[in-house]
Amino acid sequence: MQSTEHILLPEGSLEKQTTTLNLGPTHPATHGVFQNILEMDGERIMKATSTVGYIHRAFEKLAERRPLYQITPLTDRMNYCSSPINNMGWHLTCEKLLGVQTPKRVDYLRIIIMELARISDHLICNSIVGVDSGAFSGFLYLMQYRELIYEIYEEVCGSRLTTNIGRIGGFERNFTNTAFEKLEKFLKEYPVQLKEFENLFLRNRIFMGRVIGCGPISAERALNYGFTGPNLRAAGVDYDVRVHTPYSSYQDFDFTVPVGKTGDCYDRFLVRNEEMWQSLSIINQAYKKVQEFKGAEADVFHADVPAYYLPEKKDVYTKMEALIYHFKIVMGETEIPAGELYSSVEGANGELGFYLISDGGRTPYRLHFRRPCFIYYQAYPEITKGSMLSDAIITMSSLNLIAGELDA
Amino acid sequence: MSRPVQFNNKVKMVEAPEGFMGDGFMATSLEKVVGLARKNSIWPLPFATSCCGIEFMATAASHYDIARFGAERMSFSPRQCDLLMVMGTISKKMGPILKQVYLQMAEPRWVLSVGACACSGGIFDTYSVLQGIDQIIPVDVYVPGCPPRPEAILDGFMKIQELVGNESLRRRTGEKYKDMLAGYGIQ
Amino acid sequence: MALTNEIIKTRLVEKFGDQLTDWVEPYGMLTFTAPKDQNLKVLQFLYDDTELRFQFLTDLQAVHYPTRKGEELAVVYHLHNLVDNVRIRFKVFADITKPDVFSATALYQTANWMERETYDFFGVNFLGHPNLIRILNVDEMDYFPMRKEFPLEDQTRVDKDDEMFGR
Repeated sequence: MQSTEHILLPEGSLEKQTTTLNLGPTHPATHGVFQNILEMDGERIMKATSTVGYIHRAFEKLAERRPLYQITPLTDRMNYCSSPINNMGWHLTCEKLLGVQTPKRVDYLRIIIMELARISDHLICNSIVGVDSGAFSGFLYLMQYRELIYEIYEEVCGSRLTTNIGRIGGFERNFTNTAFEKLEKFLKEYPVQLKEFENLFLRNRIFMGRVIGCGPISAERALNYGFTGPNLRAAGVDYDVRVHTPYSSYQDFDFTVPVGKTGDCYDRFLVRNEEMWQSLSIINQAYKKVQEFKGAEADVFHADVPAYYLPEKKDVYTKMEALIYHFKIVMGETEIPAGELYSSVEGANGELGFYLISDGGRTPYRLHFRRPCFIYYQAYPEITKGSMLSDAIITMSSLNLIAGELDA
Repeated sequence: MSRPVQFNNKVKMVEAPEGFMGDGFMATSLEKVVGLARKNSIWPLPFATSCCGIEFMATAASHYDIARFGAERMSFSPRQCDLLMVMGTISKKMGPILKQVYLQMAEPRWVLSVGACACSGGIFDTYSVLQGIDQIIPVDVYVPGCPPRPEAILDGFMKIQELVGNESLRRRTGEKYKDMLAGYGIQ
Repeated sequence: MALTNEIIKTRLVEKFGDQLTDWVEPYGMLTFTAPKDQNLKVLQFLYDDTELRFQFLTDLQAVHYPTRKGEELAVVYHLHNLVDNVRIRFKVFADITKPDVFSATALYQTANWMERETYDFFGVNFLGHPNLIRILNVDEMDYFPMRKEFPLEDQTRVDKDDEMFGR
């Protein structure tokens, strides 16, 4: 705390000077590492200074070293609560750069995976808001369904959390029947559990008393701060990348975008809750559409781009072209066209953008991730000014700050 | 939404240590009893920084339930915990903070390093990431994986339980332990 | 009438003339270069103009081109018109020996941390920024790591052998 700064205590304050409290990088497990140095007048926060960078892993410099498909594991680890969305966003960027057109079935399967990831992220965020206000059971009930989502990911890509799901042009393998069975189980059981969670929280007087009016932000300030995603929609602006710039055939689906009014924690909770219901509806529609593909079309799980998508092993052992393509892709010798592009997807936290400059070599010349968490965390000092410490904690968790995305 | 009530009568009891049983008493060595008590009530400090932290949340949730092993109370204060579970990437900016948390812990203390990043830096061989927490603090058990499955974390936890149960009561005051800590710059 | 790239270009050329150069449209997004000292004027014009209305700063970051002597650091702004759904990109170039660029924080609060990140990685000095200190890296770091001349790995590490790790 610099002694040159003067923080005026408000009228009627009992204190002679502000107390400095370090809400340090070591938080209770859930939120991740970022620090806030708070200047407090008793229980009220007068000023907050945020420090980030405690998990800076130099993704952008790492990406300059790796060929395109090796960057997918890096994108996983940004917003690790919903890593398939990051993966798909990166694949969409690569496909735009390389001019690859994915077939419809691939698009619909991608939408199923992305909406599952969105549900799993909102599920964690809402239940952690509950945990932070003292209600632990909601978290336990919803985590069971996150386990079921993990099982679906495992059927498709083999991994639970940092999925590295999909390839440039499609998926690595077709969805098995087990995957679809688990998806049906999820679609049947999750709405029941979500309804129960709603019954516990939505009109619960204690919960409402904690979160209503807590950490509000107006739409103009939110836009000026660069908010996107549920936080912006809770403030009243209906900006959703899936609607504005539809990618991966989102225009074929019918869904609404929930919008709040005051931008406080309750609105954010409600927006995320309603987005989970909308995601369930999208998954239902996508699943029906996928089931309509019959015969040979039902086996399509990737685009026909042998230059970027690994050919099948049996072809590699028997055909010459497949062997050459396989060699070039694995050794990283496929050349990517030169150019620069910016492409974005609607991540669980907002607009996740990828600015890719390629100079024609095997690795990108510059790759920048536009991370929504980093951008809206700047507003935290303004949002919590004048609020009490416990409200500041709830605001922090309702903003859904994920440390991996903050620092990248 | 009600199911028939089920009572849990398959409770598994911990085996008593070897000793001499008599009429209303049992004689055994103090180390065994202390080890038994300590290993079944380890209170961890989840130092979760990144993705492995989410797998830890899955381990602590009802599906994999680390509370079965005695880790019911997650202490977030270093003064009151036994096991420091470091989960996730530790960057160079975070290193001094990790060391300070370790120093604040009271003996006996154990460290479990979960995930590839905490063990050795993981895929992040960069200028800003500490290549393994054993550069700054002594580690007892390493759990590899990126992220490790909850079963793997539980396996690591069980290995810590083994270490805790078999530890000699005089280990922490001995010369060898002090020399090891001095190697990390800890008095 | 929908806002097309031609209309945007005409309006900008009307106002700024030939100070704006390098008009390209990679993958459909209009991109141009502005001189370093005009960046705030361009941003303000794009914000205030009733037809253009680019009032959302999506992204701000830099690129290092060591081969362009005299203009090594490029600061790139991505703007978005939320009402008409149009995106635009513009760049300003700065010399690496004196990388001073005017800060956009007065207009867009979101530029605050984005500029700190750009300073941290590339060393671009934003004039008028309220708090231009390092944000993601360690405070004691004395170089700008994203510049092309610096390596990715920590050169002082002893446990990883560069030969085995295929550098």
